[in-house]
Amino acid sequence: MTVFIFRRLIQAVIVLLATSVIVFLGVFAIGDPLEILLPGDATAAERAQVAASLNLDAPLPMQYLTFLGSALTGDFGNSFVFNRPALSVIFERLPATLELTTTALVLSLVIGLPLGLWAGTKPQTLVDESVMTGSILGFSLPNFWQGMMLVMIFSVWLGWLPSTGRGETGTILGIRTSFATWDGFTHLILPATNLALAQIALVIRMTRTGVQETMPLDFVKFARARGLSEGRILFVHVFKTILIPIVTVIGVEFGSLIAFAVVTETIFAWPGVGKLIIDSINALDRPVVVAYILVIVAMFIAINFLVDLLYSLLDPRIRGRA
Amino acid sequence: MSAPLLRVEGLKTWFDTPKGIVKSVDGVDLDVGRGEILGLVGESGSGKSVTGFSLIGLVDKPGRVVEGRIDFKGEDLRTASPARLRSLRGDRIAMIFQDPMMTLNPVLRIGTQMIETVQAHRKVSRAEARARSVEALGKVGIPHPAERIDAYPHEFSGGMRQRVAIAIALLHEPDLIIADEPTTALDVTIQSQILAQVQKLAAEMGLGLIWISHDLGVVAALAQRVAVMYAGRIVERGTIDEVLDAPQHPYTAGLIGSTPMANERGKPLRQIPGSAPPALGRPSGCPFRPRCARATEICQTEPPETLTGQHGWRCFHPLQTPTEVRA
Repeated sequence: MTVFIFRRLIQAVIVLLATSVIVFLGVFAIGDPLEILLPGDATAAERAQVAASLNLDAPLPMQYLTFLGSALTGDFGNSFVFNRPALSVIFERLPATLELTTTALVLSLVIGLPLGLWAGTKPQTLVDESVMTGSILGFSLPNFWQGMMLVMIFSVWLGWLPSTGRGETGTILGIRTSFATWDGFTHLILPATNLALAQIALVIRMTRTGVQETMPLDFVKFARARGLSEGRILFVHVFKTILIPIVTVIGVEFGSLIAFAVVTETIFAWPGVGKLIIDSINALDRPVVVAYILVIVAMFIAINFLVDLLYSLLDPRIRGRA
Repeated sequence: MSAPLLRVEGLKTWFDTPKGIVKSVDGVDLDVGRGEILGLVGESGSGKSVTGFSLIGLVDKPGRVVEGRIDFKGEDLRTASPARLRSLRGDRIAMIFQDPMMTLNPVLRIGTQMIETVQAHRKVSRAEARARSVEALGKVGIPHPAERIDAYPHEFSGGMRQRVAIAIALLHEPDLIIADEPTTALDVTIQSQILAQVQKLAAEMGLGLIWISHDLGVVAALAQRVAVMYAGRIVERGTIDEVLDAPQHPYTAGLIGSTPMANERGKPLRQIPGSAPPALGRPSGCPFRPRCARATEICQTEPPETLTGQHGWRCFHPLQTPTEVRA
């Protein structure tokens, strides 16, 4: 196990290094931040002075090494726009995004798993057909359109829920969260639902397929022959078996939820990192863009690591090999 | 003979398929007494496994038991409620399946699977259920049962896994065990070890055992009585000696003739001409008719069972007359 963790850590460092090079080059290719930072009538001397102060006059490899050196000490440079450390700008916004994505993930499991189990145990019935048709809608309707429809129905027509912003936040166990106040909670419902819809559809389908593939297996029949109740068979034997593929997909999907949050955050004016990254790319705010992508990559690595650990918890056959 | 533990009469299990009704089991009569091992022999698709599943109400859809009586200790299982059947399964009637790789859930410890089986039928503490499970594992010859109980199925060899399945079947000291080809997936040495163990346990515990197999040799070594199944029907039944030494039904004779024998090494194996009738469109009358050299006009009608003592057969042209059998 120690060897496994150590190997994964080294892999993580290599991935982060490679990403930093690619991102650094990519950001360099987007455009020169001086064009945006300086007023149009700036003199060549002013230009040179600003460039020197931001270390933009050094050759690219040198710029990268300087960046890498300070990044290792946790310094990703100051945001050009906010004139504060890029990392702190991101970490200020990250909790809002994580709250949104985690809520969406929990929603997708709480709604998707039972519906999938239900549909899976009743194949070719009205229940199954309705759940399946519903999940097709969740998949195929564009995310932004679903978001606009949610706003249209629940905010504009019914007036039940607010459509923009995060509302009032409070503190639970030292974490600032929308769950602490009713106002914050109502603000969270629509964006979280919007983000969760496609995930719910995915979880339903995975669960249903899993159930239908597992039910005809011999060990289920043997479990029945042992006199176990249908509930025990479904919730322990079948569920534990199908959890393995579901956990894998959820891990990958949690990453893409953070990515998709960009769209949802834009529609619902949610003050998270999704909106920040779009603004930063537009403003050519290099340090924020680079730091953001590295933070996201680090999160992806962490999630995948977690999935692998869960895997070995769920599947005893893998445990020996890890 | 005292009242049998299980008496099956006219059991019919049919499957509704889009192409028509498949009559997998089409009028089966069986009986098993306490402490008795009955071999149920037949080729693939003869309906022997479906017969086994029909007894405990585990026929997969679209199959259903359409007719017959399944009398188990005076109770008709065919009309029993699903809840009643569930409480009998694993408790009074246990089952052992063919493939030991597939019958245990790979993601649960065997201890978990044993304890849940105990607790499904008895209100006992986990510790008590566990102690009982360890005891059962020891009984079937698993070394270090107290440690091995925490292992996962993949940590056992095929033979050991089948022993675990047998231990699970024995947990509640059932009255009847239905074993569906339990040694077919094992190699010959392991098979003979398990057969010896099962025979010993069945005798010790006085339980009835239905041993479903396509292997006449295994059944001959294990069972006291045998029933030969062909195309959903029992074509011949009786004690091992009666059926194997003096087969009446041409199919039984063919089956015995096609068993490889050590003293006939080098000679080509005899076969029964033709092949088993398709599941759909079985011939009317005697289903063996198209493959039978003795078939005549009368075989187009259903042959009734001729019963002499315990030896019965369904054939208009038996190989020997009953008096010859006695001689």
